Amino acid sequence: MANLDHLITEAQADFAACQTTTALEDAKAKYLGKTGAITEALKGLGRLSAEERPAAGAAINVVKKQVEAALNARRDALLDASQAAQLASESLDVTLPARAQGQGGLHPVSLTLRRIEQLFHSIGFDVATGPEIETDFYNFTALNIPENHPARAMHDTFYVDDAHVLRTHTSPVQVHYMENALKENKTPPFKIIAPGRVYRVDSDATHSPMFHQVEGLWVDQAISFANLKGVVQDFLQKFFERDDIKVRFRPSFFPFTEPSAEMDMSWNDGWLEIGGCGMVHPEAFRHVNVDSEQYQGFAFGLGVERLAMLRYGVNDLRHFFNNDLRFLSQFSK
Amino acid sequence: MQFSEHWLRQFVNPALDADALGHALTMAGLEVEEQTFVAQPFNNVVVGEIISAEKHPDADRLQLCQVDVGEAEPLQIVCGAPNARVGLKAPCAKVGANLTDFKIKEAKVRGVKSFGMMCSAKELGLEEEAHGLLEFPSDAVVGQDVREYLDLDDTLYTIKLTPNRADCLSILGIARDVMAITGKTMVLPQVTAVNITTEKSHLVDVIEQEACPSYYGRVITGVNANASTPDWMIRAIERSGLRSISAIVDITNYVLLELGQPLHAFDLDKLNGKISVRFAKKDEQIKLLNDTEAKLAEDDLVIADDSGPIALAGIMGGEPTSVNHQTTSIFLESAFFTPEVMAGKARRLGLSTDSSYRFERGVDYGNTKQAMERATALILEVCGGHAGSITEKVGRLPERKKVKLRYARIASVLGIQLSKDDVANILKQLGFSFDETEDGFVVQAPSYRFDIEREADLIEEVARLHGYDKIPAIAPVANVTMLPLPEAKRSLNWLKDSLLSKGYQEVVTYSFVEESWERTLSDNQNPIMLKNPIASNLSVMRSSLWAGLLDVLTYNLNRKQDRAMLFETGSTYHRNDNGYQETARVAGLCYGTANPEQWSDAARDFDFYDMKAVVDTLTHQQATYKRDVHAALHPGQTARVYLNDIAIGWLGKLHPKYQQQYDLPKSTILFELNTELILQTKLASYTEVSKFLPVRRDIAIVVDETIEVQTIIDAVNAEKIPLLQKVQLFDIYQGKGIEEGKKSLAFLILMQDTNKTLIDSEAEAAIAKLLKLLENKFNAQLRH
Repeated sequence: MANLDHLITEAQADFAACQTTTALEDAKAKYLGKTGAITEALKGLGRLSAEERPAAGAAINVVKKQVEAALNARRDALLDASQAAQLASESLDVTLPARAQGQGGLHPVSLTLRRIEQLFHSIGFDVATGPEIETDFYNFTALNIPENHPARAMHDTFYVDDAHVLRTHTSPVQVHYMENALKENKTPPFKIIAPGRVYRVDSDATHSPMFHQVEGLWVDQAISFANLKGVVQDFLQKFFERDDIKVRFRPSFFPFTEPSAEMDMSWNDGWLEIGGCGMVHPEAFRHVNVDSEQYQGFAFGLGVERLAMLRYGVNDLRHFFNNDLRFLSQFSK
Repeated sequence: MQFSEHWLRQFVNPALDADALGHALTMAGLEVEEQTFVAQPFNNVVVGEIISAEKHPDADRLQLCQVDVGEAEPLQIVCGAPNARVGLKAPCAKVGANLTDFKIKEAKVRGVKSFGMMCSAKELGLEEEAHGLLEFPSDAVVGQDVREYLDLDDTLYTIKLTPNRADCLSILGIARDVMAITGKTMVLPQVTAVNITTEKSHLVDVIEQEACPSYYGRVITGVNANASTPDWMIRAIERSGLRSISAIVDITNYVLLELGQPLHAFDLDKLNGKISVRFAKKDEQIKLLNDTEAKLAEDDLVIADDSGPIALAGIMGGEPTSVNHQTTSIFLESAFFTPEVMAGKARRLGLSTDSSYRFERGVDYGNTKQAMERATALILEVCGGHAGSITEKVGRLPERKKVKLRYARIASVLGIQLSKDDVANILKQLGFSFDETEDGFVVQAPSYRFDIEREADLIEEVARLHGYDKIPAIAPVANVTMLPLPEAKRSLNWLKDSLLSKGYQEVVTYSFVEESWERTLSDNQNPIMLKNPIASNLSVMRSSLWAGLLDVLTYNLNRKQDRAMLFETGSTYHRNDNGYQETARVAGLCYGTANPEQWSDAARDFDFYDMKAVVDTLTHQQATYKRDVHAALHPGQTARVYLNDIAIGWLGKLHPKYQQQYDLPKSTILFELNTELILQTKLASYTEVSKFLPVRRDIAIVVDETIEVQTIIDAVNAEKIPLLQKVQLFDIYQGKGIEEGKKSLAFLILMQDTNKTLIDSEAEAAIAKLLKLLENKFNAQLRH
């Protein structure tokens, strides 16, 4: 039996020369095809004696295995190469811009309101709302501001008709809320914030005829002026994410709270006014039939645009209502 | 209320500098709005007297002056001022003086040495403009520092007074509060009754005693109306923001500022008969000091004589009886008109005076006579004359209520513990009279406090005097329960987040819009108008959010943006039977290319169906759409949006005529929906998922092109064909092979049996039923 070892090196050389799988299949035929050298050799085993046959067969099989191994190796290599070529041809410039709508975003006043609501919600304040075209009664009288009271002149009110105004503050929501609670036989604790649009006849760099306030109200049996300071300070520290913010109260006057205070917040070595507050006035309680001997509590009003300006460093109130997209888009980055 | 620090310090002089005093006022509730110096800083300027003046040898317009500045030798000063003359006393800046803009050095002016500078008011920073040297009167003391001579080291405070603190509308009142907060004693101006040197008096009849509980009148004869007001008084009233007019008027203003009591002087010789205090009669008129004619109402309180009203009580005097330079005798009035009768009257007449401002808020009725004596004394001192005795008409003055102040209540409301002594001290400092009781005090406020009527008023005073900044910030302790969280109700935040994830930018626009927008875009012929709009283009309340969005679009297109996706949420305002009603809405606008300009897809503009996808998202894919008509929208591209058969809003393309009117190069797609209705959803509830796979068949039918696809789908759904689960359009074709006026619609049909795998024959039977239906209802032909 002739030595077939040379077939291995020949096959390896032939296979290596093949550049496509088709060529490789052709080359395979020369060795493993029906008339291939190895197939022929196997056929020749029949001519050998029974003694010679096992050894010769084993020898051919060794060669066959090696040729097959060479074939498979080359096949894999060719496949890899062709896949690599395909992948290469499919390669993208991943830095090209996406097929997208562009970026939407919330208005900074919304962002601020959302944050305020979330913070107060986290200590159990519910959100209440009320009408913006408000009756003179709810906007003033029920808040202990009778007709001809000098405090009315402080409000620069928009009038819709003789009995209706655009609300000048969110405080009437307190009255609606407590009135409704009474109708449903609910008693304090009342713990709400009332965010919304308010209106004053005033328009310049620091005043807008429409702006946003958040009214807060907490009425229970022992909610005190010191608690008011505590809640406001906690809120401001969390809102601005700064532990060093302090709150200062200054005596002031609102007909529906007493004691009343202006709230100042420490900011860059100074104090900034951020809203008004006080203990709910017994007269305001009387209007909604809450017994001021049994219950007491605080109310406050925060200027939303003011907080937004400080939070985001906006320097002109008018930006908020011009709605320039170049301004608005800065709040969704 | 504006006043000078020095004037205040004449009453009470705490050991605080100007800044600390300002801060103390603010923290006591008298908010210092503005604090300025009377004069810019300068030094080394003294009163100089020109003792000789010669022409400068080399300059026509300059004089060579010898100026006495109270030193051994006069100073030689070259001066160009036209009013420089011998004998003139004027400010002289000595060598080394620092003026606002420059420093005075020894100088040579056209060859002549000059040792200082004579100054104008402008050069000292006292006035904006000046012509020539500031002239001092002849009694000015040569050599005295000008800052001292003119009292320039003074500070001006402007206090923003809250309406409850009428008692602080005077130097006296502010001094009282400073005394209360600093504990420093107050020195009051000496007021003693003047000597009566004339018999003359004038009859007074107070008809409306309730409105005018006290009235004091006095005749002063032989006054010199042309006397000049003393400098110190001019300074005081000017530093309070008033102008000097004439001695008599200046004195009444001075007393108004000093004691808070408005006074009025009538020219006695112009009065016709007795004075009466009464309400105006129908159709009465008065010519006022400000040269206007006021028509009076029957609840206007007036001072009248036989000729009719001669003054609006507590507001303004009349012109015919006013004091002028010819006046020789006056009738001086000091009265108390109640806040109740004064409230709103001045405003109704379009007036606001220092007098009405005070009377509306409350003038100290315990000081009316004192003020009269104070003013009389000043008039006699400045203008001379003879005072008659005071005619007094005093009825029932208001009484200060006795108010209980419970010790426990203070602690509970303020959240701090004060000792009984602390509280008693505070009440004492405030000048309140009080008695101790078992659980606190019974307090009576003085006549100048109109704001102490109930316990809360006292608690506020206690807190104020204790110091608001000494009240600690304490977190409340409370019983906690969780807040309700209705799951089927989506939040406004969800809605906004949905929109912004689709690329929409939120805007916030004014609730008032231009009237023409309401009338055209919203077809609202009865808009809610504001009586006093801030501007004519912001005069009506919006009944739709679209006007605002279009306005924002225009604003941004004008700033070179070419594409916009905007939304707003907020109220719209409507009339109803009971008045007004507000609806929460959300509206969106898209304009420009459907995608930002980019490299990949062919550019196309936003169309109706882009926006419809947004509406579908906001309505959880539950909305249905019906062709309809809306004033603002393109008649062929308008859909009314329904949810559960309730109309919830509109979707469509802006009408081309508005597109043209607003100068929009491209079309704009809009939607507006009722927020409440779309946020209310249903709680999710599970139904079994079928184990068997659905079978899909595609069919194409040809129908009239006018038939709307939704009608076909609705008809199929209504028929409830067994096994048929879903019919969905996937293609529309018109053109070659399809008859004119027809369209081909391709639907995919999903069929399923929930109990077993569907066999072909069953599916075919269902399709056949479907086709039969379509043929009957829509004359649909199966397209092969």
